Amino acid sequence: MALLHLKNLTKYFGGLTAVDNVSFDVNEGSIVGLIGPNGAGKTTVFNLITGHYVPDQGEIIFNGQNLVKKPTHIIVSLGIARTFQTIRLFKELSVLENAMSGYHCRMKAGIFAGMFKPRWQKREERQAIEIALKELKFVGLDVDLNQKSKNLSYGNQRLLEIARALASSPKLIILDEPAGGMNDQETRELVELIRNIRDRGITVLLIEHDMSLVMDVCEYIVVLDNGKKIAHGAPEEVRENKKVIEAYLGLDEE
Amino acid sequence: MELFFQQLTNGLAIGGIYALIALGYTMVYGVLKLINFAHGDLFTLGAYIGFTLLTSMNLIGKIGPLPTLFLFGIIIMGLVGIAGIVLERIAYRPLRSADRLAAVVSALGASIVISNSIMLIYGARFLVYPHHILPNFTINLLGMKIPFMRIAMLLLSIILMIILYLFVQKTRIGTAIRATAIDHGAARLMGIDVNKIISVVFFIGPALGGAAGFMVGLYYGQLNFMMGWMYGLKAFIAAVIGGIGNIPGAMLGGLLLGVIEALGAAYISTSWKDAIAFFVLIIILIVRPTGILGERVADKI
Amino acid sequence: MNRKYLIWAICLIFFLSPLFLNAYWVDVLNNIGIYAILALSLNFILGDTGLFHMGHAAFFAVGAYTTAILNTMYHIPILFLIPFSGITAAIFAYLVARPIIHLRGDYLLIVTIGIVEIVRIALVNNIFGLTGGSNGIFGISRPHLFGLIIRRPTHFFYYIWIFLAVSVFLFHRLRNSRFGRALNYIKEDEVAAEGTGVDIAKYKLIAFVLGAFWAGMVGNIYASKMTIISPESFTFWESVIYFCIVILGGSGSITGVILGSFLLIGLPELFREFAQARMLVFGLAMIIMMIFRPQGILPPPPRKYNVDQIN
Repeated sequence: MALLHLKNLTKYFGGLTAVDNVSFDVNEGSIVGLIGPNGAGKTTVFNLITGHYVPDQGEIIFNGQNLVKKPTHIIVSLGIARTFQTIRLFKELSVLENAMSGYHCRMKAGIFAGMFKPRWQKREERQAIEIALKELKFVGLDVDLNQKSKNLSYGNQRLLEIARALASSPKLIILDEPAGGMNDQETRELVELIRNIRDRGITVLLIEHDMSLVMDVCEYIVVLDNGKKIAHGAPEEVRENKKVIEAYLGLDEE
Repeated sequence: MELFFQQLTNGLAIGGIYALIALGYTMVYGVLKLINFAHGDLFTLGAYIGFTLLTSMNLIGKIGPLPTLFLFGIIIMGLVGIAGIVLERIAYRPLRSADRLAAVVSALGASIVISNSIMLIYGARFLVYPHHILPNFTINLLGMKIPFMRIAMLLLSIILMIILYLFVQKTRIGTAIRATAIDHGAARLMGIDVNKIISVVFFIGPALGGAAGFMVGLYYGQLNFMMGWMYGLKAFIAAVIGGIGNIPGAMLGGLLLGVIEALGAAYISTSWKDAIAFFVLIIILIVRPTGILGERVADKI
Repeated sequence: MNRKYLIWAICLIFFLSPLFLNAYWVDVLNNIGIYAILALSLNFILGDTGLFHMGHAAFFAVGAYTTAILNTMYHIPILFLIPFSGITAAIFAYLVARPIIHLRGDYLLIVTIGIVEIVRIALVNNIFGLTGGSNGIFGISRPHLFGLIIRRPTHFFYYIWIFLAVSVFLFHRLRNSRFGRALNYIKEDEVAAEGTGVDIAKYKLIAFVLGAFWAGMVGNIYASKMTIISPESFTFWESVIYFCIVILGGSGSITGVILGSFLLIGLPELFREFAQARMLVFGLAMIIMMIFRPQGILPPPPRKYNVDQIN
């Protein structure tokens, strides 16, 4: 059964059709890649799923619920977490706090609990730290937890973003170019990490430019070009697909 | 009907002043994305320099009132423009790559410095322009007596605005200003000296603001070191109404705000006059945050 | 450990200071305390959440006028009115902030200036016939506490500074909680905060409401301290002073904001001969600080977590 079901999704920016009647399914427990040349509308699709943009047409069904017009924070609490193409950590906050922030949506304490600190609030705080430590360990981030996140290396910042997303205990994690700025060694470890995430039962949807990574890790690939879906299927099929080759070659000619 | 037209012309005259000041805000916002809080105080500076010139030099007797005022206007625009360049060098340039909040605080600081320097030099009390200098006759328009100054002010504002508009649209420097407003990096790659362009903007905006200050001095005759604050705020509101960063928008917003305020004072309540602009601002920001002529930009994520 | 003793010693000396200071200087300390609580309440909005709010005096005014009106017209005791003033200011903040909460940066700044100006003009215009116009309201009574009338500067010293101490205690805890962190997420990056599940509009609104609640309560203290209030105590320039205290002291830092209050409110008292140039020095300090130390004198310390206990 499809965990995420996109149907006829369309988004206009002024006169530009950024996403044009796109439909595809993401099955539970799979690793799905969304690829396409620059400006194909991949990140826009992500932003539509996570509620940063509202689609002009179409449906986004997640786990049986329509996400259209739901605010982002609700979508997160329903179980979709994401990372950003341009890293968006809380730069001045510590590594630990960044990881803890993911757990925010599973916590309850408000201002009164914050001021008067009843026992359940302390337990909850402790739990947040535990989850954050667990996820930091899971992604393999072994650094000083009290340093500001802006001081981390690029690759480590990407890992911290993934840890933050995982801390919200998502059903689906959306990774926007997770290998961007990583070296070969880091990329290999990332492939491993993505598989481990899936093995925990979390479905993965990712955008990536590194084709070898996509072909290696994804089980199913959707190809966008100019906002339209031009192909989909297993990596081998997509690689042979004429339209896909044209789309990428066409880009090269420019 | 008489009241309506009197208020309308009055509103247009004041609106012209708002528009002139608003141009300074909108141009600076265009190139630096910064509210130049000190802009209103440069307006005040213009009014005070005008006072000094009028009281210290007796040119009127020699070359007549209008040439004198014209000459003084040019001097004021030049001096206040230079003050604008100095302001940018000291208070804004070191903060160009800094956090937005830092620049806003520095702008507020600069505002306080300028207004209080004026106070320390000229004193905290109201000053009065020598009032015999101006032709205070009225002009008969459609059976109504409209003060000459009102019409002169509106015409002068419009002339200055047209000159500015043509400058920005038709000249090389104007093109460079527009390019800088869109993207500093790209402008630099095209060989534009961004620092120079910013200095030009910080000359033109304050020069227009200084001219507006002189006109207000001549129109109302009274000066106070804090006067620039209210005019500045309202002009900024005018710029937001028109669409911040947009030059025709600032002109439209200024005239519109002047008229709304004058009519509101006449038909609603004089004592709420200063609040009207803020109500208009809040409504605009709720209904159409980009202003009347502003373009909508999607947030990039 | 030495540092801790030093801090306690300073606090002790400070709490005993009314015994050896004259009434004038005790009153200066009282003013510092009032500004400190106001600036701390603004700190939620400006320092922790990063919202450019320059209309905080409006909430202070609503609290002060609530107390003044209810006390002079219905003779409700001042102390009873403390929570009431806070709640009125909080409701007011909720109503005005709700439609504008999505505005960012400079737009929010200019609208909040608008709010404080509208409030001041409304007070001058004797809105609803309750505020007494530009003369304001006089004859506000003093707080009665267990039979003691709080009246002298020394009384007010303890009244204000104990209120401040309790506020600091609560604010400090709040900073180290889910709520405090969420405000920082918003300040750091709104999009990422939303993407990690923070309801940013709600949290911004709560920051406003909470800040206004405290400012409203300070309004009560101020009204009973002065016994007469008028619109000129609640101008835009008052808001600028709170704003500067927070920014120069250290955005988001409780100690920094208190230090900022001493510097901005206390220091000018030492240089009264130069009172005329006081604002000029403020302005220069603002520019210089932003260029050389934009984070303020004492930026917030990093939060501490008990990680070892868990490992």
